[in-house]
Amino acid sequence: MDTDQLIRTLTADNAYRARPIGLALMLALLAAAPISLLIFFAELGVRPDVMTAMHNPFFDLKFAVTLALAASAIAVSLHLARPEASLRGFGWWLLIPAGILVAAISGEMMMPQRTPMMTRLIGKNSMACMSAIPAMSLPLLIGAFYGLRQGAPARPAVAGAVAGLLSAGLAATVYASHCTDDSPLFVATWYTLATAIVASVGALMGKRALRY
Amino acid sequence: MREREDEWTDLMRSAISGDDAAYHRLLKAVTPVLRAAARRGLARAGQPVDQSEDIVQDILLAVHLKRQTWDANAPFAPWLFAIARNKLIDALRRRGKRIFVNIDDFAETLPGETPEPTASPGEVTARLQALPARQRDVLQSIAVDSTSIKDTAAKFAMTEGAVRVALHRGLASLTAKLRDR
Repeated sequence: MDTDQLIRTLTADNAYRARPIGLALMLALLAAAPISLLIFFAELGVRPDVMTAMHNPFFDLKFAVTLALAASAIAVSLHLARPEASLRGFGWWLLIPAGILVAAISGEMMMPQRTPMMTRLIGKNSMACMSAIPAMSLPLLIGAFYGLRQGAPARPAVAGAVAGLLSAGLAATVYASHCTDDSPLFVATWYTLATAIVASVGALMGKRALRY
Repeated sequence: MREREDEWTDLMRSAISGDDAAYHRLLKAVTPVLRAAARRGLARAGQPVDQSEDIVQDILLAVHLKRQTWDANAPFAPWLFAIARNKLIDALRRRGKRIFVNIDDFAETLPGETPEPTASPGEVTARLQALPARQRDVLQSIAVDSTSIKDTAAKFAMTEGAVRVALHRGLASLTAKLRDR
């Protein structure tokens, strides 16, 4: 096939319209979400004292952090799906959840505490956190990849890592309703570690799967 | 050059709103620029420049299949050159060459510099042969015999919709093959 013939063929296909990436990503995440929720309700479930916990601002702050992570990572993911895009000027979005976390830690430091700092940091659920967040992230990560493959990222590994942040943010939001450790120190340590695992998996997968 | 790129942006906007003639003109207009840049990239990597047509075709396919990532409010040229650069690096890497490709290779191509294609490109044609029969027949009918979608449908006793689907799937797998290597 010579190039003129190829151009003619591409022109014949001009009527075809692919789904916008935002929509493709949303549909793929919606399709994956039930699997993650199934893992959550089968293995963990919402903590029994959730109604009283909701009045604890540090319980609520966990959701602020994880939702901020998910939302900013979705925005950055959609940006990075464009071939000419880079993290520059957009990467700072990802600092928003970190900023909330730092503010929460300083807030907690200023309040009188019954338990020592290290006890709050180590908590009771660190192992559950480290396994549940990656496990619940995995279906979402695969879903996110499915949607993002419509895109054309210049750096597929970076795009994959951000897809990892996105799925870890969503998974951690659900996990936070199970976890009885509400200290921002616990969140900053174990949630961050779990998120880093998922982001690394995303980067490794993205390197191949998101190439175009 | 500024004017040329503004014209590309306008053509792409028309193409996306359904103007096939504008799309055809756009692809025709960018091809010599891509060809010149592909040759320069190959030459710099010490590769024979007669492989440039394979790279040009890969770029055109990617442009077509990733159109939805172009923001209609942004200029077209940076988007095009980013795809072209990616495909050129990819092609050189497959030939075992690691090379830094300068994006200016594309942007600086002069309009007067329009080399003709040299050797007949083999990669896309080879991938075409590997497609499922139905997709291959449809692509061949439209590409090589330049039959319209309507006549192709009549020829293979398919609906026009089915021809369109086979056409798009065929084009999409012309690059999918590439990724697996």
